[in-house]
Amino acid sequence: MPTSEEIKLRIEAAIPGAEVAVEDLTGGGDHFRAEVLADAFAGKSRLDQHRMVYDVFGPEVGGPIHALSIKTQTRTP
Amino acid sequence: MSEDAQTQLREQIQQAITDNPVVLFMKGTPEQPRCGFSARTVAALEATGSPFAAVDVLPHPAIRQVVSEISNWPTIPQLFVNGELVGGCDIVTEMYESGELAETLGVAPPDDAPDTVPDGEGAVPGPAPMGIENRLG
Repeated sequence: MPTSEEIKLRIEAAIPGAEVAVEDLTGGGDHFRAEVLADAFAGKSRLDQHRMVYDVFGPEVGGPIHALSIKTQTRTP
Repeated sequence: MSEDAQTQLREQIQQAITDNPVVLFMKGTPEQPRCGFSARTVAALEATGSPFAAVDVLPHPAIRQVVSEISNWPTIPQLFVNGELVGGCDIVTEMYESGELAETLGVAPPDDAPDTVPDGEGAVPGPAPMGIENRLG
């Protein structure tokens, strides 16, 4: 069962330069909220930004990670 | 499920997306959501006053799988407007709060619409949604 820290590190590893905050919403290790700030989101739709985060976990989302709530932001110059 | 049944299911789901200007794939029904994220998304839609169709993905696991294949989106709920994926609970909630949701749905939100999505649990039921329910069930 993943921890908030693992989720954070995996997102940071997959999306270079990302600043990530992860919260375990239930304390049960299966419902997480990730807030991700990354330059890599620039020019992408919100759907594609969220897909980039979901893609880090592939089929784990809906499996061991029952729910991953996402908020993405791009740095504004 | 046979390949024929899978193909037929995919056509039915594609048709539900095409035929309904606003359609939500969710766990449970708008009256009885079976997941907090679905409940929240329903609450956002109802708060805009927009009619929407809803499809419960729970009766058949294959529905969920096919919807995700069509949309390239891994989770439920999923909101489609005019045949396009708008997003799941997070995006719909953000769009509600910024006013984009009503705009995307082509409705003017009621004057008494709250600034944030009403709590899905115990929210006052909105107007009955129009359109299909469980048509794929």
